Amino acid sequence: MNDPFLLFDLLLASAVIALAVATLSVRDLFASIVLFVIFGLLSALAWVRLSAPDVALAEAAIGTGVTGALLLKTLHHMRFVTGRLGQDAAESVTPAQPVPAPVIWANAALCGLITLGLAMAFFAAPQAGPGFEALVTDAMPESGVTHPVTAVLLNFRSYDTLMEVVVLLAAVIAVWQIERGLSEAPAPALGEIWHGFARLTLPAIVVVGTYLLWKGSEAPGGAFQSGAVLAAVGLLLLLSRNYVPRPAHRGLARWAFVLGTGVFAAIALLVAGGGREVFEYPAEHAYSLILLIEGLVTISIAVTLAALFHGREPVALAIEEKRHDT
Amino acid sequence: MTPDLIYGATGIAVFAIGLIGALCAQDRLRRVLALKLCSVGAGFILVVGAWRIPPADPDPVPHALVITGIVVMVSATAVALALIRRLHTLEAEDDD
Repeated sequence: MNDPFLLFDLLLASAVIALAVATLSVRDLFASIVLFVIFGLLSALAWVRLSAPDVALAEAAIGTGVTGALLLKTLHHMRFVTGRLGQDAAESVTPAQPVPAPVIWANAALCGLITLGLAMAFFAAPQAGPGFEALVTDAMPESGVTHPVTAVLLNFRSYDTLMEVVVLLAAVIAVWQIERGLSEAPAPALGEIWHGFARLTLPAIVVVGTYLLWKGSEAPGGAFQSGAVLAAVGLLLLLSRNYVPRPAHRGLARWAFVLGTGVFAAIALLVAGGGREVFEYPAEHAYSLILLIEGLVTISIAVTLAALFHGREPVALAIEEKRHDT
Repeated sequence: MTPDLIYGATGIAVFAIGLIGALCAQDRLRRVLALKLCSVGAGFILVVGAWRIPPADPDPVPHALVITGIVVMVSATAVALALIRRLHTLEAEDDD
């Protein structure tokens, strides 16, 4: 088979593997994170090639974008705490002890065995065998939407999706608890260009995020991708200091965190009865119910991801806030 | 050589690199990065499993599973990073 894309596939695959190796082998942690972000974006590109645009969007926005921001924030915090802000070499406080060679070899051997097993399982599996696509296609008329991935996420397997939102909620609770009383690294000073950039891009991001949500019922997109894009608004606002979290906003934030989970669970329970099971939306209302759930879940995801980035709960101890734009 | 074989092998390789990294990496941030690599490798294999030779449509169920996995992974990463920040601060205070 002479596919014109074969060369592209091979180059992209080698680039992804090389970036994975480079991510773990460069000395400087900042470079490591940047390489990881490039790795994630190229992986998303590979998933577009495998006709999985929804997954690629989610990986680019959440797996790479938000995760990259979280990693950079953590690195900034670590460098601030050790007083090495602005230095290139950020190593951990305790000097790393060299791992004995036998341990490395044993690890490598075990990893090799696991990988071998995985490779055997993968290559022995029937290629392109029938999966669930026929089942999903048959059930599409009942789902209320026309995009199969959205139908699976929000109708056929909505229990998974509810649990996923719960995991996100649990994460933000855990982060607020862990960071309690932790000193905060000052936000990096951002120049004039940054403010202009934020001002220009914010409206565009809001439009893109809302479009992704709205389009999700018929085309790639949906609550998670849209939530991540809207979380970028929160990140920009936090970084440019246009929004400074205050203790008084805690109540509102908590409501925003549970909004998606609460409404999702309530709808799932309320549709039960009259011969229907929990999560079994009546076909005539399925579209509006899915849109309602998606809209509110998007708000929760966006606020939660932005809160995960901010980390610390805005407690009353927070003393004077330095506003940058004054 | 079809895309599913190429990217399937890529996924396995990325998973292996992440696994070795998670076991051998010295500092914590790098270990989290290594686990992230593992998750992307697993995502590759699921997405490859869902792929069908065009013009056939891919299987949407693994796609939904990977999207769920990505969101769960960002939650886990956020908690891990918060723990790292906390530990790092405690260690830095001990040093003073």
